[in-house]
Amino acid sequence: MARLRWKTTDHDVTAPTVELDQVSLNYNGKAVLEDVSFRIEPGQRVAVVGPNGAGKSTLFKIIAGILRASAGDVHVYGRGPGGHICIAYVPQRSEIDWTFPATVADVVMMGRIGKIGLFHRPSREDWNLVHSSLGQVGMGHLADQQIGELSGGQQQRVFIARALAQEAELLLMDEPFTGLDAPSQETIAEIVGGMQRHGVTVMVATHDLNLAAEEFERVMLLNRRVVVFGRPDQVLTSQALVQAYGGHMHVLPADEGDVVLADTCCGGGGEER
Amino acid sequence: MSAVATWIADPLGYPFMVRGLAAALMVGIVCSVLGTYIVLRGMAFFGFALSHAILPGVVIAYLIGWPLVVGALVVGVLTALGIGTLSTQGQLKEDTAIGLIFSGAFALGVALLSTVRSYSTDLAHFLFGNVLGVSSADLWLTAGLGALVVGTIIAFYKEFLVLSFDPILAETLRLPSTVLRHLLLVLIALTIVVSLQTVGVSLMVAMLVTPAASARLLTQRLPTMMVISAVIGAVSGVAGLYLSYYWNVASGPAIVLVATAIFGLTFLFGPRQGVVWRWWRTLQPQAAQGEEAQALQRGRVR
Repeated sequence: MARLRWKTTDHDVTAPTVELDQVSLNYNGKAVLEDVSFRIEPGQRVAVVGPNGAGKSTLFKIIAGILRASAGDVHVYGRGPGGHICIAYVPQRSEIDWTFPATVADVVMMGRIGKIGLFHRPSREDWNLVHSSLGQVGMGHLADQQIGELSGGQQQRVFIARALAQEAELLLMDEPFTGLDAPSQETIAEIVGGMQRHGVTVMVATHDLNLAAEEFERVMLLNRRVVVFGRPDQVLTSQALVQAYGGHMHVLPADEGDVVLADTCCGGGGEER
Repeated sequence: MSAVATWIADPLGYPFMVRGLAAALMVGIVCSVLGTYIVLRGMAFFGFALSHAILPGVVIAYLIGWPLVVGALVVGVLTALGIGTLSTQGQLKEDTAIGLIFSGAFALGVALLSTVRSYSTDLAHFLFGNVLGVSSADLWLTAGLGALVVGTIIAFYKEFLVLSFDPILAETLRLPSTVLRHLLLVLIALTIVVSLQTVGVSLMVAMLVTPAASARLLTQRLPTMMVISAVIGAVSGVAGLYLSYYWNVASGPAIVLVATAIFGLTFLFGPRQGVVWRWWRTLQPQAAQGEEAQALQRGRVR
């Protein structure tokens, strides 16, 4: 029997993974994003860096097809983003109700629902995929754990496993490093690196300039507009950073280049758990 | 026959009691299953408001001699969709939209009813239910609509789960979120209609919220929560009616009181999160808390 599924789009394999052309978004008459254009090739690992209110989450939601741009064109694999089920959006951890009665495996299975289709129950293959996804992020032994009992880094890994189970080809992660200790950040960065090797394109929003420079091959400085987009050493120059962060940034001349102090923390509030 | 058996069998000699028990049982189950989503999605106020807002529909149907269910259903679905639309427009916060529509509609209902001579008796029936007045036709309707509600929840289980846990995932999996959200509102409206005669407008929210809240304290998985909630709802309905029979208390309040008592017991003595056990654990001498006990403790206290 043919499975009843919600309408989805197929890919133009020759097209870039993400391509934005002069995208703007206004909310209540205020510009959240202005004239954003860039393209990301399959398998790239991109950090989107910018101060609070720079429009990072908004940008991701536009790419994921959750928000509609006020102007401009958005293409994912050559098509509009609204029909793809290959885009995984990992929300900020503070946006999730962690007391929800679900186990780790339950949450990962949610990623399969687009493929399972209406009125069908998860098959053995679906469960196998859930468990192998959990294994890939080192969470196999916690499959039956209630999600509220996990640490921040483990919660983040569950969502990555969910994206794997979804068979996502584009992974958008909103502030995955916020509130994690250094070893957990390292683990997440490693897993994200591993996904790249499987051809998954990854975009990560972060406050952390160091992580962006060390772990990502492309960095986008965003402050309503794309300030610069390129290799970390091209992007993380004092001039570009001051442009992106404005008054929240202090540049101290030093012997070897400049020392940059960025005040990028905590303005949004409620992000720590 | 033993005393207990007599105690149980005695009310069954009256057909109106048998019909009442059947109604209370079904309503208990339907309300409690749907109630899990109301509890998890924080829609208690919405349920409270919607149950009051259907009053004008019921009263109009009553005044023109139509089946009450028809009036309730029309107004219930309209109100549910109205609140849903008003609050997604973004100009008003949801609780303001709910408060506004609920009090206006309720006032209209009471005003209409006050034109009738038997005003106070009728109002009491609408507000607090009259399960012993259930007819066979009502019972069939309850069964039909109840099966429809529970069947829909089971059919769209995966989709409602995603929508409730992570609405953004529902969007990226391209589930029809708006349709599903409105479907849930319509299910709530149907459930309220089904329970109108059993617990009445004013106590409805207790049946929607209380058994599910007790179940929430007893399990960490949604399917189990639905089953436990249904059992608690069914037990509350039947036990409440027996209490009402023997102690001569109004039936609707008796049902709600049983559900509330079960919640109280769960809250105090629930094995996972019960207040008494948690307090007891803190009293245990430090030596007894080996590494394992401490790990358990960490797992439970979030």
